[in-house]
Amino acid sequence: MRLDVVLRVTTKFILAPLLLFALYVQFHGDYGPGGGFQAGVIAAAAIILYALINGVGAAQRIMPQAVLETLIPAGVLVYALVGVAGMLTGENFLGYDHLAHDKVHGQEWGVFLVEAGVFITVFSSMIGIFYAFAGRRRA
Amino acid sequence: MMSDPAIVEPILTLVLLILLAIVTFGIVRVRGLFAVVILLGIYSFLMATLFVVLDAVDVAMTEASVGAGISTVLFLGALYLTDVKEATGKARHVAPLLVAAVTAGVLIWGLSDLPEFGSADQPIHAKGPDYLARSLPDTGIPNVVTSVLASYRGFDTLGETAVVFTAAIGVLALFARRRSERKG
Repeated sequence: MRLDVVLRVTTKFILAPLLLFALYVQFHGDYGPGGGFQAGVIAAAAIILYALINGVGAAQRIMPQAVLETLIPAGVLVYALVGVAGMLTGENFLGYDHLAHDKVHGQEWGVFLVEAGVFITVFSSMIGIFYAFAGRRRA
Repeated sequence: MMSDPAIVEPILTLVLLILLAIVTFGIVRVRGLFAVVILLGIYSFLMATLFVVLDAVDVAMTEASVGAGISTVLFLGALYLTDVKEATGKARHVAPLLVAAVTAGVLIWGLSDLPEFGSADQPIHAKGPDYLARSLPDTGIPNVVTSVLASYRGFDTLGETAVVFTAAIGVLALFARRRSERKG
């Protein structure tokens, strides 16, 4: 793969729009299709594409294994903590009504943070699983 | 020109379903695992198109990115580690056939308990307009799919995130040997 000029050049052009599209899907999920899950997979696909073309080692320099192993549980924690924060403000678990000065604004904050949690977990899980496969040699 | 959506949509659905059936037949029959992986990708893309026809754009997006994208890469990675030819089993074919038949029977039996297709008095149809009406004033989110996922059924989505987390931890734990091997 290392010598394929067409693939390498195309990848260079695709990577940035791919990451941008992931951000768009993440933050536009309130208005159009998408959300944390889809955006996480698309962002992970960008890293995986980079790894396919430049090798897993190069990808692990921009997204190290240790960072991934922190991010995977961090996303779930962010999600759960938003729920706990809802409880602390006198709502039910995962009730967002009291997170901001008014109800609708609180809901927007809650959904934003929860989607961020989903994004982090999905993004890092997909790359983590890919690394686990790609890092092995045939037995 | 035939542009009436009432005519076009069933035809489109029928064509997609026939293609799905053909691809499924291919997946079952083909022995080369590389071809099977590519067929699975095609299956996912057809499924995503079908979801678009059914107006489930969010699901279509997930199917296209996860089913056709990441899964294909992971399958290819797994193929590299194992073999590209399906092993021709000499095992008896009676037991698997029996299991499949019994499962199919149970599933068809379970179908009898489902509501009639398109019946209007079911909760999914009765509660839908309620959510559509409440979503925007309650949450300020125009996309009802997002508001249902994150606001009304946040606990459910927390569970889904936990499932992804568990899958990643499971794979990492299974493959953890790799790192100690490299050190040694």
